[in-house]
Amino acid sequence: MKILVPIKRVVDYAVKIRVKSDKSGVETANVKMSMNPFDEIAVEEAIRLKEKGIAKEIAAVSMGPKQSQETIRTAIAMGADTGIHVETDKELQPLAVAKLLQKLVETEKPQLIILGKQAIDDDCNQTAQMLAGLLNWPQATFASKVDIKDDKVHVTREIDGGLETLSMKLPAIVSCDLRLNEPRYAKLQNIMKSKKAQLNVLTPEKLGVDTTSHLSTVSVEEPPKRKGGVKVENIDQVVEGLKKNALI
Amino acid sequence: MLTNIIKNNNLKKCFRQVKNYSTIIKPERDSKYATINNQDINYFQNILDKHSVLTDPSDVEGFNQDWMKKYKGTSSLVLKPKTTEQVSEILKYCNNRKIAVVPQGGNTGLVGGSVPVHDEIILSLANMNKIEGFDPITGVVTCQSGTVLENIESYLSPLGYTVPIDLGAKGSCQIGGNVSTNAGGIRLLRYGGLHGNILGIEAVLADGSIIDCLSTLRKDNTGYDLKQLFIGSEGTLGVITKVSMITPPKPTSVNVGLFTCDSFDKVKTILTRAKSQLGDILSAFEFMDRPCIDVVLAHQQVQDPFDNKQPFYILIETSGFNETHDSEKLNDFLESIMNDDLIVDGSLATDTKNISAFWKLRESITESLGKEGAVYKYDLSLPMDQFYSIVEIMRNKFEGKANVVGFGHVGDGNLHLNISTPKKPYQKEIFDMIEPFVYEYTSSHRGSISAEHGIGSMKPNHLHYSKSSNSIHLMKSIKNTMDPNNILNPYKVLPN
Repeated sequence: MKILVPIKRVVDYAVKIRVKSDKSGVETANVKMSMNPFDEIAVEEAIRLKEKGIAKEIAAVSMGPKQSQETIRTAIAMGADTGIHVETDKELQPLAVAKLLQKLVETEKPQLIILGKQAIDDDCNQTAQMLAGLLNWPQATFASKVDIKDDKVHVTREIDGGLETLSMKLPAIVSCDLRLNEPRYAKLQNIMKSKKAQLNVLTPEKLGVDTTSHLSTVSVEEPPKRKGGVKVENIDQVVEGLKKNALI
Repeated sequence: MLTNIIKNNNLKKCFRQVKNYSTIIKPERDSKYATINNQDINYFQNILDKHSVLTDPSDVEGFNQDWMKKYKGTSSLVLKPKTTEQVSEILKYCNNRKIAVVPQGGNTGLVGGSVPVHDEIILSLANMNKIEGFDPITGVVTCQSGTVLENIESYLSPLGYTVPIDLGAKGSCQIGGNVSTNAGGIRLLRYGGLHGNILGIEAVLADGSIIDCLSTLRKDNTGYDLKQLFIGSEGTLGVITKVSMITPPKPTSVNVGLFTCDSFDKVKTILTRAKSQLGDILSAFEFMDRPCIDVVLAHQQVQDPFDNKQPFYILIETSGFNETHDSEKLNDFLESIMNDDLIVDGSLATDTKNISAFWKLRESITESLGKEGAVYKYDLSLPMDQFYSIVEIMRNKFEGKANVVGFGHVGDGNLHLNISTPKKPYQKEIFDMIEPFVYEYTSSHRGSISAEHGIGSMKPNHLHYSKSSNSIHLMKSIKNTMDPNNILNPYKVLPN
């Protein structure tokens, strides 16, 4: 079985996000970038399935500027077999990503697609669902446990008030939640090897996909600054303050 | 050196004390010090506001004990001044009344230097936490001594600068305490110690006089460099109220590698290679042995980095300003240590998540050991050839009766030898197995019995293992000149 793992290069989670001065988006120049943490979990899960002998091959795919190749190499260092880069400097929205992935499925022929439930930059949480719609494949989102037996995938999801277990037939799409696994550290030997790995570089044009965005960004604003607290002398003032601000 | 000591009568006495006293036994209270009364408290309440004079035992309790729960005093008064003038007035009064005082910063020290031995009043600098200025051209920051180290870092970071000192305790320790202790830490390898990075100090002497050496100049060669006296004097010569410090530009490209080795000799070889091949971008070279990793795994949310357990783990950090340049250097270095079989396993972190996970393995050792039970801590500088031998010697000596671990700033020749007895209190028998043996061993190899933690109340009687009697004599006369009534942090640093 072949697994396709779509991964995204995002602003590192520890970076303090700054809005561009023209409010068109967030600043990404000279900002530390890393693999989307949820996608890292997806890569790890694919590797575990390979280690169990369930999967034979893992292909990692990323879309975006040239630097996305670093992210693909990180996945290869962790244990992915091959890397595909769909190179574009245009901003891609989830629908475009899903359409590009749909095209790749035709050539790569994966039985399973595992990806993060959302990217930490835009928090869209749409790609898995849109791709399932386009391919007409079953999907299980927010997986916290994945089991594959014969041609069936059993996925446990954390929902309000308990756990839900879904079962679906392959080929299928799984999106990962935080508690699915803890990604491994790539071994140095593999990191060095991954630097020399050959990547399959494509473009949206080559794949014949129109990535024109149907949405336009009006304005990106920082959340309002938190106002400082005030010191009060006694309980009465606390109550008074709460009443005045309509908090009770 | 040993013969000199035995010739000297005073030191002979202290040598005997070494055998009779272990760290948990306190020197007796000196009766020359006054005990505080209501009149004193009223006086202090006039200088400070009422919220800054703590007398309620439950408020004072936390100030009386160190975080390891190893040292405990019986003070009944905490003063929290906000200004240098208030510190001056307090000390002037205490000096006249012969009230002993212990200055306290973040109370994160490891040698009992910041808690009272008996009933000394506690002068907490916690409310003196203002950053007063920063020069974006020279990179010099000036702040009050109670400023928490991490707050200085958060202040500098958006301005593109960073503090030249970094410790595990950065979230609670204060810059004044760091300077008084002459704390070392992780970045010493790259930026050097505080004697070089502190450009100026304002301090209050025991008699209340304010010594303004708050220079912000890189070069100032005018007479004796008095500020150096306060760096590392552990609050025995004066209370530091302000510091100015040169700060380096914050590196924009950081990589952290974690490696395992099957022998300490290989750790040494990797160190020399890192120095020559990484050169200017090398910013940390830390090591920890496997028992350290085991303790961290037991107490922290971290994963064992590699399946294959090895006796030695090394953490190497590079910091620079050009990612391409750094990774080229790093790749050559990594290939060289891999091809020569110097490492068993390794990994490289470039994203913040893994970088902090690797650092957590190193930085949470102290905290994790503290959760186990009593920890006997020795902070030694040793030549590379004896660096790890002392850990092995002690491990054999204890034959499994205690967990003997070694970690530290191997790049600076600084070993932290920690002996832990899980679920047990501090015991005299354990001290007797360690001391004075560890000190004698260190001294015989011309090492230092305190590389970066200081002397505090733990080691005054062992000072002679690293300092000659003439040096100790000179230290005593300096102390006598600056604090003739010996009210500042008594019973500490210098032997009786």
